[in-house]
Amino acid sequence: MLELLHAVLVAPFKDMAGSPTFLVEVLIGGLAAGLMYSLVALGFVLIYKASGVFNFAQGVMVLFAALTLVGLIERGAPLVVALALTMAVMVALAFAIERVVLRPLVNQEQIILFMATIGLNFFLEGFGEFVWGSDVKKLDVGIPDTSFMAWGVQVNRLELTAAITAAVLVAIMAVFFQRTRVGRALRAVADDHEAALSIGIPLNTIWIVVWSVAGLVAIVAGIMWGAKSGVQFSLSLIALKALPVLILGGFTSVPGAIVGGLIIGTGEKLAEVYWGPLVGGAIENWFAYMLALAFLLVRPQGLFGEKIIERI
Amino acid sequence: MKAPATPPPTPLLEVNGISVRFGAVQALERVSLEIRRGEIVAIIGPNGAGKTTLLNVVSGFYHPYEGQILFEGRDRTELRPYDVAALGVARTFQNVALFKGMSVLDNIMTGRLLKMRGSFLLEALYWGPAMKQELEHRAFVERIIDFLEIQAIRKASAGKLPYGLQKRVELARALAAEPKLLLLDEPMAGMNVEEKEDMCRFILGVNDEFGTTIALIEHDMSVVMDISDRVIALDYGARSPTAGPTRSGPTRA
Repeated sequence: MLELLHAVLVAPFKDMAGSPTFLVEVLIGGLAAGLMYSLVALGFVLIYKASGVFNFAQGVMVLFAALTLVGLIERGAPLVVALALTMAVMVALAFAIERVVLRPLVNQEQIILFMATIGLNFFLEGFGEFVWGSDVKKLDVGIPDTSFMAWGVQVNRLELTAAITAAVLVAIMAVFFQRTRVGRALRAVADDHEAALSIGIPLNTIWIVVWSVAGLVAIVAGIMWGAKSGVQFSLSLIALKALPVLILGGFTSVPGAIVGGLIIGTGEKLAEVYWGPLVGGAIENWFAYMLALAFLLVRPQGLFGEKIIERI
Repeated sequence: MKAPATPPPTPLLEVNGISVRFGAVQALERVSLEIRRGEIVAIIGPNGAGKTTLLNVVSGFYHPYEGQILFEGRDRTELRPYDVAALGVARTFQNVALFKGMSVLDNIMTGRLLKMRGSFLLEALYWGPAMKQELEHRAFVERIIDFLEIQAIRKASAGKLPYGLQKRVELARALAAEPKLLLLDEPMAGMNVEEKEDMCRFILGVNDEFGTTIALIEHDMSVVMDISDRVIALDYGARSPTAGPTRSGPTRA
């Protein structure tokens, strides 16, 4: 019994202190993975804030964006051109979704919109594979998946690039939505549709904006994950990892999505490396969900979510 | 901002024979009315008479299946709410529709959204013309805040305010858009006598100071008689013949 306690509570921290550079490496790996989770989670938050819809299709949008990019590159388009075309495709997709899905369903129950995004999920999955095929594709963005040493710490180039890109993107979005009038309009729409309409905010335009931004975020996430593990169907499953991030950070908070992603990313890496051997490994796969479950019990609105107060 | 000394011949708003139906319910049947520049009009009638429906049609939330709405002489029957807002019609709602998660100041600032122009990039950086613009709008909003005496709750979260103050903030947001026509749906519902008196004072003040034309729905007849230049009565979706457009407000000089 004492031995078990020692193994759980003491030994891992001894290991950490014993080899600080290794700890830093683990932390960096975790933060990098966390930023990528944040990126996917941000897509959810944006759409949820603006239209109150939980977009089930966010993960497939990541897959679809990556498939389109790789498909275009395979057909001989240079990377930059392919990227521009993919962005155009995602924006066009936003217009189509607003026109075909959201507009006819305006003022419907949330659950109906949610069901519609499930439909969208299957459509995009099928459509993507119909157009670009279902083989696992390799995405090469010209950054080698190798490591270099900095101050005695090993850093992976691809992970570092991904982390920096994600950080920049997240910062841009945070500023855009906090400071610009579109941001203010977006927050207004998120709060009350009717009131937003009455002060002259065109709901449809706002929807197109957020779905476009979510599409662009999906491209970045698709490139980063695709470059690491190949473009294949399992890409759409990383959306599942965004769920615990959302529960942790709160569905309505942009900073929450970021911090939540970082906590999940580092948490699962630390758990895997230091506590994994105790239970035979593979903690990484379920740690995030356990953490989310614990959070749901203690703080259901998440770290940064709006506090749930009912006036009686 | 001032009401013209001699009102132009065209009324600000003309409603010609509009009808609205929800399923089997005839909410409005061939209702016609006009609202002249600079006046305060009260719309009265029993519950279910179609008062709110009328307001919703005018502000573009519902569209009539027959009839026509002219704003400043131009047909705008089919416009959507945000287009109507852009024309200069602001409104409040029967059940307060504030952005509850935002501060009072932010709520009122959203009323200025239509007035804002310029580049998103500059706004994001809060630099140059964007900063100047933000400050100008902020100054205007502060004027409204002073006018409606809500300085003390500027930073408070709108959703946590008592009901009477929420109604006042909603009025402030509508005023921030500098509307030509202000539609108020039961601005005094659920208020105590004191709050009602305040609200009356503000409505008259808005009309005086900004020259805003106001149409309001109200049940309290003493309020109606005190502040309105004219009363329009609706009954079962139609203009009640007993109350034509007669001047009824001797209390207003």
